[in-house]
Amino acid sequence: MVKYERFTLNNGLRVLVHEDKSTPMAVLNILYDVGARDEEPDKTGFAHLFEHLMFGGSVNIPQFDLPLQRVGGESNAFTSNDITNYYITLPAINLETAFWLESDRMLSLAFSEKSLETQKQVVSEEFKQRYLNQPYGDVWLKLRPLAYKQHPYKWATIGKEISHIELASIQDVKDFFKKHYTPQNAILVIAGDVDVSVVKDLAQKWFGSISSGTKYIRNLEAEPKQLEARREVVTANVPVNSLYMAFHMSDRRSKDYYTCDLISDILSRGNSSRLYRRLVKEQSLFSEINAYLLGSLDNGLFIVEGKPLPGTTMELAENAVWEQLRDLQNTPVLGYELEKVKNKIESTMVFAEMSILDKAMNLAYFELLGNADMLNDEVVKYLNVSPEDIQKTAQQIFQLENSSTLFYLAS
Amino acid sequence: MIDRTIAPQFNVVEEVRLLQPEHEVLQNGVDLFVFNSGEQDLVKIEWVFQNLNTEDLHLPLLNIALAGMFLEGTKQYASAEIAEKVDFYGAFLQPEYSFDHTSLTLYALNKHVEKLLPIVKSVLTESIFPESELNTYVRNNKQNLSVSLKKNDFVARRVFNKTIFDSNRYAYSPEIEDYDRLERSDILKLYQHQINAGNCTIFISGRVTNQIHQTVRKIFGDQWDARPLDQTQQRMVDKGSQKGNLILIERPDALQSAIRVGYQTINRKHPDFSSLQLLNTILGGYFGSRLMSNIREEKGFTYGIGSGIASLKYGAFFTIATEVGVGVTNATLVEIEKEIDRLRNEPIPIEELNLVKNYVNGAFLGSLENVFSHVDKFKNVHFVGLDLTYYNRHLQIVKSSTPETIMNTANKYLDYNNMIKVVVGKMVG
Repeated sequence: MVKYERFTLNNGLRVLVHEDKSTPMAVLNILYDVGARDEEPDKTGFAHLFEHLMFGGSVNIPQFDLPLQRVGGESNAFTSNDITNYYITLPAINLETAFWLESDRMLSLAFSEKSLETQKQVVSEEFKQRYLNQPYGDVWLKLRPLAYKQHPYKWATIGKEISHIELASIQDVKDFFKKHYTPQNAILVIAGDVDVSVVKDLAQKWFGSISSGTKYIRNLEAEPKQLEARREVVTANVPVNSLYMAFHMSDRRSKDYYTCDLISDILSRGNSSRLYRRLVKEQSLFSEINAYLLGSLDNGLFIVEGKPLPGTTMELAENAVWEQLRDLQNTPVLGYELEKVKNKIESTMVFAEMSILDKAMNLAYFELLGNADMLNDEVVKYLNVSPEDIQKTAQQIFQLENSSTLFYLAS
Repeated sequence: MIDRTIAPQFNVVEEVRLLQPEHEVLQNGVDLFVFNSGEQDLVKIEWVFQNLNTEDLHLPLLNIALAGMFLEGTKQYASAEIAEKVDFYGAFLQPEYSFDHTSLTLYALNKHVEKLLPIVKSVLTESIFPESELNTYVRNNKQNLSVSLKKNDFVARRVFNKTIFDSNRYAYSPEIEDYDRLERSDILKLYQHQINAGNCTIFISGRVTNQIHQTVRKIFGDQWDARPLDQTQQRMVDKGSQKGNLILIERPDALQSAIRVGYQTINRKHPDFSSLQLLNTILGGYFGSRLMSNIREEKGFTYGIGSGIASLKYGAFFTIATEVGVGVTNATLVEIEKEIDRLRNEPIPIEELNLVKNYVNGAFLGSLENVFSHVDKFKNVHFVGLDLTYYNRHLQIVKSSTPETIMNTANKYLDYNNMIKVVVGKMVG
C-alpha cells in the first residue's frame, strides 16, 4: 500500500506526494506524457534525443548536473514508446534544489547548438552500442515493423535509423519542447523524507508561475486488426539461431492485460514455469526461452523468444512453442498453478515498496493511466483473473493470423 | 518574482547512520548477523561461503558450475520440486558466484519463510548435482557463452582480468571447451569442502521476527555440523611486473571498440583506499566526472565512460571502461591519458573538489536506501577484516582531502604508462 496526497496547480500540473520517513533521501520524479509514439515517421528517435537535451542546460541554469551533484544529488531519465520520465535522487534536506532545477527546464531550455550537436553524436553512439554492435541488437528494429503496420509502435524508441537523429535541428527541438513539455502534460511526484505541506509550498513557488501551454491531444493511427500470419527471416553474424514470436494483445488499461501478464508468468516466470521446465529441461530443445509483454499503453505485444539448441531446427522450435500455447487454449490451468503466479505478483509488489524511486515512478505511471490509486488496486486485478480468463485470452491471441514470427539465423 | 539564476541554499550531509547488526555465533561456529529494520513483512537471508584456495586455477570453473547448479537437486528434492516450491511461495532463491564468495540468497515474505528454510538446508547439505542436470547445464552454458563472446565489451573484460591477474584464480573466465572438462565428482568434492557450516556466514535482514530468528538458529546452528577447513592457501595475489601493454583484438566488422584500461591496485584494507576512491570519483566515478565531461559531453565519442575500483579479499583492480566509435578509438586512449596526467600534474580546482565531496556524501547516504543496502555496506568491510567504523574514517578522509592529497594519490596510484590497455574492435584513424 503506497499512501499519497494529490493536488493540482492552476497551470494544470498534477503533483503527488508520498511521505516515507524511513529514509533520509528524497526523490523528485517527473513524467512527461510523450514518447516515441508521438514522433513524426520521418523524425523518429526524437523523443529520446530530446531527453538527452534536457540535461544540456535550461534558460536560467547553464548546467543541470553540476549544481545537483554539489548538493549530493543524482539524476537520470528514460524514454519509452509511451513516456519520458526524469528523476532526481538527493538528500531530503536539499529537496528545494531539485525543484529549482526541474522547474527551470520546464520553464524553458537553453536550446544550445553545442549541446544538440554533442548529444546527436552521443545518441548515435548509443544507437551503435545497444542496437547495432551487439548480437541480435537490431531485433526490435525488425520485429516492430513486422508486427505494426500503422501505429507508431512500428519504430523503436531509439529511432528507425541513425540518420533521423543526425538530421534533427534546433527548430525541431524548440517545437517539440513547446508542444509536449508543458505543466498540463506532466505529472510530478515527490517521495521520501518530505512533508506534504512543504512540498505544496515548493511546488507553488517553483512550478506555479509556469504558463500552462496548450494541451497536447494525441491522435494516433490505430493498428488495424492483423488478418494473416507474418514471417520474416534474417541472417546475421550471430553464433546461434534465435526465434521471436509476437502476438497482438490488449492495451495497458484493459482487464485482459492482467490475464496476459499472468499467462506470460505461467509460461516463463521462474524455474518452475512451463516453457523452462518443458522445453529447456525436459525436451532439451532450447538453451533459453522467455515469454513477456512489452507493457505498452496502446494495444501491445505478447512476445515469446528463445534460442534453440544446435540439434533443434527452427521449425521444430516453433512447433514446440505452439504446442505449449495450444495447451493453454485446450486445458484450463489448475488453481494451484494460477495461485503460484499470483503469489509471485504479491511478493514482487511488496519488495517494490522498499525503494522510494520505484514508488515514485509507479505513482506517476498509474496517475497517467488514469489514477494513482490503481497502483494499490493492482494486486486485486491480478487476483481476479480466473482459469477461464486465461483459457479465453489464450484462445484469442495465440492465433496464426495474429502472429509475427521472426527467424534470426546464424550465418 | 523569484530569481531563478540563484541556487537555493543547501546543506552538507554531516551525519550518516549505519545500522549495527546484532551478532551471534551459533553452536556450530556460524557467524549470524541480524539487521532488523524495515516496514515490509519480508526478509532477505544470505548464506555466504568463502571461495577457497587462491592459487588453483581449476577451482573457479568448478565454483561457477557449483553456483550454477546449486538448485538442481538434493537427496530429498528434485530440481523441479525446488523450483516449484520456491515459485509457489512467491520467493526468490538465487545462487551467486563472485571473485571471493559463493552464496545463496533467499528473498521471501515472512509468512512463507519457514516453509522454505528446510529446502535451503537440503540444498546446502545434501545436493547431489545429478549427471543429467550437469549435461543440461553444460549444453546451455556453452551456447550462452558463444553468444556472449560476440559482445566486444564482454570479451574486453575477460581479456583485461586475465592479463592483470595472470596466474591466480581472479584471472579466470571459462572458455567454451572448459565446460567439457566438468566432472560431477569434482563439483561434489568442492561442494563438500566449501559449502560447509565451518565456512558459512549468515545475514538476515528485513523485519526479522523472533520466530524466524529462532528457526534459523535451530536449522543452521544446532542441526548443522561444521567440518574442518583447509585455508592454507589463502594469500594476497601477486602483483607481478605489470608493463602497460596494448592488447588489440581485431573485430573487422565492429562499429564500436570496447576499451578497458587499468591494472591491479590496493584494496579496502590499505590506508590509502579512501583517497583512491575519491580520486576515482573525480576521474570517472560519477556523471560529471572528468572522463564523462571530456569524452562524452564535450566530444561525443561515447554513450558512456566510467572508472571503478574493485576491492577483493586478496587483491584489487582499477579499471576504466567504455565503448566508442571505431574511428575515435585511438583518440579516446589519448584523452584518457591526458585526464590521468592532468590529475597527476595539476591541482584540482577547489570548487570541483568541494562538489565531489558533497556528491560523495550524498551518494553514500543514497546508497543506504533500505535495510538491504546496510547489509551490503557491512559485508564490504566485514569480509576483509574491517568493521563499520571504517566508514566514519572514510568520510573523514574524504572531508579532509585537499588538492595536494589528491595530486599525491594520483601520482602514487594512477600511472597510464603502466596500465594494461585492452581494445576489442578496431584501431583506425
